[in-house]
Amino acid sequence: METNLADVTIYIALVVSTLRMATPLILAGLGGVFSERSGVVNIALEGIMLIAAFMGMLISHFTRAPWLGVLAAVASGAAIAALHAVVCIKYKSNQVVSGTAINLFSVGFTGFMLRKVFEHAGQSPPVPKVADWTIPLIEKIPVIGAMIGKHTPFVYLSLIAVIISNFVLFKTKLGLRIRAVGEHPKAAETVGVDVFAIRYLCVLLSGALAGLAGASLSLGFLSQFRENMTGGRGFIALAAMIFGKWTPYGTLRACLLFGFADALQILSQTLGLTFIPTDFLLMAPYILTMAALAGIIGRSVPPAASGIPYERQK
Amino acid sequence: MPGAVLHMQRCLASVERGFLTLKESIGDPVVEMRDITVKFPGVIANDNVSVDVYSGEILALLGENGAGKTTLMNVLYGLYRPDAGRIRIHGEQVQINTPNDAIRLGIGMVHQHFMLIPPFTVAENIVLGVEPVNAAGKLDMDKAIRDVEELSNQYGLVVDPRANIDDISVGMQQRVEILKALYRGAEVLILDEPTAVLTPQEVDELAAIMRSLVHQGKSIIFITHKLREVIAISDRVAVLRRGKCVGTGETKNTTAEELAQMMVGREVVLSLEKEPAKPGDTVLRVENLHARSGRNLPALRGVFFDVKAGEIVGIAGIEGNGQSELVETLTGLRKSTSGHIYVNGIDVAHNQPRALIEQGVAHIPEDRQNRGLILDFTVAENFILRNYYKSPFARGINLDYRKVQAHARDLISEFDVRTPHENIPVRSLSGGNQQKVVVARELSSEPKLLIASQPTRGLDVGAIEFVHKRLLAQRDQGKAILLVSLELDEIMSLSDRILVIYEGQIVGEMAASEATEGELGLLMAGGHGKRGLDTERSERSGQYGQQIQEPLRTHVKPIS
Repeated sequence: METNLADVTIYIALVVSTLRMATPLILAGLGGVFSERSGVVNIALEGIMLIAAFMGMLISHFTRAPWLGVLAAVASGAAIAALHAVVCIKYKSNQVVSGTAINLFSVGFTGFMLRKVFEHAGQSPPVPKVADWTIPLIEKIPVIGAMIGKHTPFVYLSLIAVIISNFVLFKTKLGLRIRAVGEHPKAAETVGVDVFAIRYLCVLLSGALAGLAGASLSLGFLSQFRENMTGGRGFIALAAMIFGKWTPYGTLRACLLFGFADALQILSQTLGLTFIPTDFLLMAPYILTMAALAGIIGRSVPPAASGIPYERQK
Repeated sequence: MPGAVLHMQRCLASVERGFLTLKESIGDPVVEMRDITVKFPGVIANDNVSVDVYSGEILALLGENGAGKTTLMNVLYGLYRPDAGRIRIHGEQVQINTPNDAIRLGIGMVHQHFMLIPPFTVAENIVLGVEPVNAAGKLDMDKAIRDVEELSNQYGLVVDPRANIDDISVGMQQRVEILKALYRGAEVLILDEPTAVLTPQEVDELAAIMRSLVHQGKSIIFITHKLREVIAISDRVAVLRRGKCVGTGETKNTTAEELAQMMVGREVVLSLEKEPAKPGDTVLRVENLHARSGRNLPALRGVFFDVKAGEIVGIAGIEGNGQSELVETLTGLRKSTSGHIYVNGIDVAHNQPRALIEQGVAHIPEDRQNRGLILDFTVAENFILRNYYKSPFARGINLDYRKVQAHARDLISEFDVRTPHENIPVRSLSGGNQQKVVVARELSSEPKLLIASQPTRGLDVGAIEFVHKRLLAQRDQGKAILLVSLELDEIMSLSDRILVIYEGQIVGEMAASEATEGELGLLMAGGHGKRGLDTERSERSGQYGQQIQEPLRTHVKPIS
């Protein structure tokens, strides 16, 4: 196939694909950042996204109002996260086990509901999706406009969420307390910070963000639900969070990198990259994550109390 | 204990009357704790304890580990809710349910294990929970830093508000903790075992800080089990034993011996009786030993020394000067980068731990819970960790549990380990009994060389006495003993020879009989030796250092 790397449309396609692939990762990754910064490991992101994608589609299907669907996705995400929070914070059980249980449950639950409601396996009928946003002025700029001027709202929401998350975590007293609770909950409690309240808040927030990520799949990039449509994105988001050293901007950069690897793979035919097996491109993000964890590229140190249930004495 | 009653007012029976005379002299109490009872499953941690604190005084809360001192203070700080009792602050009855309540009432606590968040800055740690924000709701770190600087000037507690907790010394971290309490407007400061982690010089500084704080109208409750500090620092003392308050009174009217007796409930010998050592052949010789720390920094930088049969050689030093790495290298847990370790003339520098055990090296590690024991294994299993693979315990691929248990029962009775039986997890034993398990295991192997690292850390007076006696008995049987300890008292009372380690080198050696605390303290701070004085530390040793420099030259022969 003839390729022309001077053709600007290839670059536009790359940027657009990168943003599209990165968006659900960014939203879920931010969820991971909040949860783990407060000391709760949330590997349930994958399952929360899947259930939220389904609930969003369902509400949009019945109400024909896609934004109501988004709201439902966020709410259901927070609700599932609340379950995780109670199990992990109140009952102090193993956070990885609880997360895994939610992930396994979500696959069965959405598959079952799909068949129950639509009497159809595999995928839902098309539902109304949220309309794209166009950014005035920027849209008019040549090339740039085509790259970032018109996208599904989730792309912009994810970027705004990064900025807000970074501000909250590093510039507000709530953020200082969240980080304190994730590093040394006992120290936080001795100065009057409510460790449990902070953890509940952060886990709920992580569920809401993962819910938004789920909605971006079924109501943003597609307009239907497909069985297991998250396809491991919740785990990739966690990898991005680790690779991004538990910071919003770091997570954003990691997600863009992972999204770029995806985009390369999608466009490998057009780009003439057929000499690299696409599987290698798909593997790249995980190899990078393992390298980051092993300290080969900039050591990634998790919050000290992440994964450890907090026990108040007496 | 007639002696004790003479000077000390009993605080159990007639509390109100007992304090009447004191009230006249010092004014009204700031804090009155009355009949506090705290029950934990199976234990009464505080049993009707009553304690008062007056404005502008330092009250020492004295007692052994487990006497209930920290529990009582956790009640005052709102971390525990008492099962019974009342607290009055400035005469008003109050309910303290959370640390927030305590903070609001002007009570601050510096915990024994510092409650600081390592990756945060000093200022962030100080303001956490009461953060200044600007009009937009944004965290105002500039104001926080200014506030901290102001406070640190006001009380003479020098800190760098922008430094990370990770990067500052333990003494500095303690100042941050005190500032944290002051920032919250604390009038009453609770210091839980504040001297445990400090060098003698830092203890002097802390005492000066405490003096200056009470001078400015603060009150201090100071938890300790060290008698000397009670005498040196406090105005009044309350003694707890097994959850009960057994006496309270003015420090100047009592003596260390009397306090010790009240604390333990029987006569204690504060000084160890020991015969002069009769050193024999050299058992351990260390030559030019180098090793790196866990963070891959040079930790041992050319260590030379030897230990002979029948003597105890003590290594004194401030934590983090290479002691842990030295012990780990000698026991095969850490690889040396160069140098030699001879045990009975054989170079064992590259031996695995098991090979060293076979050479007759025994090791009481500094961290009994992580290194000395497997907490979830039974007492009996912990006794055979060194030699489970050998007869009589191993029989082919099986363990002979009957032999293991019989062995355990022997050791339990010989070493007086207080445990219901040998088949319970060692985790459920008290700290002192856990240490007895370690000591019993190591000594029962009939070692030629015993390396004891902080053998009495966290133990109470009774258990310390036990361990010390056992070590001396081993010495008298002709074993070579290397004792590494951060407790200068322990080094001075047990050792026959004392070495001082500083920044990975032995910087001084002296006979224990000639050593004084001042000399050792100065050497430990790097004040003498071939590396010379470093400015920050020499400033801190201050006057004290000046006074003792003269005799130091005559006594200490630096090794090079």
